[in-house]
Amino acid sequence: MSNNSLKRTWNWIDNRIGFTDYIVPLMVHLVPDNARWWYIFGSATLCAFIVQVVTGIGLAMAYVPGGEDTYESLKYITDIAPLGSLVRGMHYYGASAMVMLAVIHMVQVFMHATYKYPREMNWMSGVVLLFVVLGMAFTGQLLRWDANGVWSVTVAAEMAGRTPYIGPTLAHFMLGGETVGGSTITRFFAMHVFIMPAIIIAGIGLHMLLIMRHGISEMPDVNEPIDPDTYKEAYEERIQKTGVPFWPVAMWRDVLFSTLIVGVIMACSIFLGPPALDPPPNPSSINANPLPDWYFLWYFAVLSLLPPQLETWVILGVPVVGFIVLFFLPLISNKGHRAPSKRPWAGGAVIFISMAFIVLTIYGYKKPWSPDFDVKELPASVVGTDKGPLAEGAKLMHIKGCLYCHDIGGYGGHRGPELTEIGKLLTRDDIIIRINNGGHNMPAFASSMSSVELNLIVDFLLTRGVTPEEDVPKNPTQ
Amino acid sequence: MNNQPPQQSDKPCCQHPRRTFLTRLSIGLSAVIGLVITLPVIGYVLAPIFKKPKEKWRAVGKLEDFKVGGFVLVQYEDPSPVAWAGVTATAGAWLRRVSETEFIAFSINCRHLGCPVRWVDDPKLFMCPCHGGVYYEDGTVAAGPPPEPLQKITVRVRNGQVEVQTIPTPLTLTTLT
Ligand code: FES
Repeated sequence: MSNNSLKRTWNWIDNRIGFTDYIVPLMVHLVPDNARWWYIFGSATLCAFIVQVVTGIGLAMAYVPGGEDTYESLKYITDIAPLGSLVRGMHYYGASAMVMLAVIHMVQVFMHATYKYPREMNWMSGVVLLFVVLGMAFTGQLLRWDANGVWSVTVAAEMAGRTPYIGPTLAHFMLGGETVGGSTITRFFAMHVFIMPAIIIAGIGLHMLLIMRHGISEMPDVNEPIDPDTYKEAYEERIQKTGVPFWPVAMWRDVLFSTLIVGVIMACSIFLGPPALDPPPNPSSINANPLPDWYFLWYFAVLSLLPPQLETWVILGVPVVGFIVLFFLPLISNKGHRAPSKRPWAGGAVIFISMAFIVLTIYGYKKPWSPDFDVKELPASVVGTDKGPLAEGAKLMHIKGCLYCHDIGGYGGHRGPELTEIGKLLTRDDIIIRINNGGHNMPAFASSMSSVELNLIVDFLLTRGVTPEEDVPKNPTQ
Repeated sequence: MNNQPPQQSDKPCCQHPRRTFLTRLSIGLSAVIGLVITLPVIGYVLAPIFKKPKEKWRAVGKLEDFKVGGFVLVQYEDPSPVAWAGVTATAGAWLRRVSETEFIAFSINCRHLGCPVRWVDDPKLFMCPCHGGVYYEDGTVAAGPPPEPLQKITVRVRNGQVEVQTIPTPLTLTTLT
């Protein structure tokens, strides 16, 4: 085709679809010239969403939602389908990227107080989007229908079940029946691929519409607090004078950063691969170690650390209050200073929440509150000998499950106090009383341990932390 | 400009009822279309809520297969499996033959948040991998966050078969026996 006819063809199309009339003005709309690297996170979140949509459609072509077949289809995708493992990996890391970027985007907007007049609804629609994205992350975790997925949905249903009045109804609704099973996964599948994506797409549409309507915000200026009476005209005036066209003057940064994000997602899925599948799903199998994906680990840690009386309140309150506070934030404060230097509380809140998130996540990984079922027997190097009553006592520590919770010389769980030096700290009688009667968070062993066993254990414990000279217990058996 | 409403209102006055009618008609019909489309679906989606939880007896093995002693894990079909559920239509219980005639069974779900508890035979404890819940062999709480003892499951022996009575999950839905 000659250049001329190409042009004519394009003109014909453009005339019909209105690209020049509708799309070009959107692309070249003026944005503040100081909107630079701080502004790349929103578009990168959108880019991560696009990764999710595309890879998700790919996965859906082989994924079978329903009972046993689901697991088989996941194995097929991971192990057999050409590029299947790559696509699954991209979907997984894309989800992480999307959650992370959405949160970073929100923190940036919060720190620069962009949610103030006239952009209150930009923020509110964003908060709704964030929660739906978290819902996607959660349902996605369950669609990885392995042991972990089954148990996560059980835990979620128990949590929902605690809601006053409507709890059981909610739980049943979630499970799609009375138990976790085939109807649960089909339900979650419909949520994950139809309902929530539809809400996200509509939400993104609204979010972008509002961005066009109110313009991209400028960087905060300490000398110009927001005054709803004058802001709009002043903004318009400034933007006409100093604004730059979004495309390509501002957009290249977004594209560059999004490229980087897609590259990282790709690299992770090539080099790390998709998350390994646990054993097949089976609500009657007990060999599971339920752990949520990283973005919910902090919450898992909170549930373990809370005193029981507070638990129900926190389980139900954190999401609800979190949503309400965030959602209504711009209605509470929609004018005044935007500069972070003038809003120390905002900075403090962000720092506090991030610290709490990091600390709790680390805790969630370590799970010091859980018995360590896989703990090995104490080696002779720790016990000091490999035969005789001491060795037997050490063995019993393992058999009776003491080591699940107590650490001795680096071997054992962390649920209870470390016993490496216990011989120095407690007397024989103290130890016997504790083992027999239990105590704060320690079961009583009186009924499950013979006196011979008890004595062997106590003799062994009394040698802990004591130097070899005094090693021989004064009164080995009482 | 705005000093002649009486004469000019002539037209709108006559068109007004018609327009109002058409506006209302289209809004009303749209609502009808919306309801016709969504109501069946909403009812269909909400249906599980209104079903009464079923309780069914499920055989878990022959009487002579169970020796007096510690707990064993039994697996059985859940009370209302769907055709495509496969292995996910199972439920589990910890079953123990206490004596020649007596059985006791507990749900494998922790009373805290439903994780699967494991029976550890030597210390005679149930332990939960999630948040450190521990139960004694009679199901009472020994340590950790669980607010209530393990859920008991009813057991009976019929024609030489040991049978358990299924319970719905989550356990917040069941009343303690
Ligand atoms: S679910 Fe068992 S302790 Fe939390």
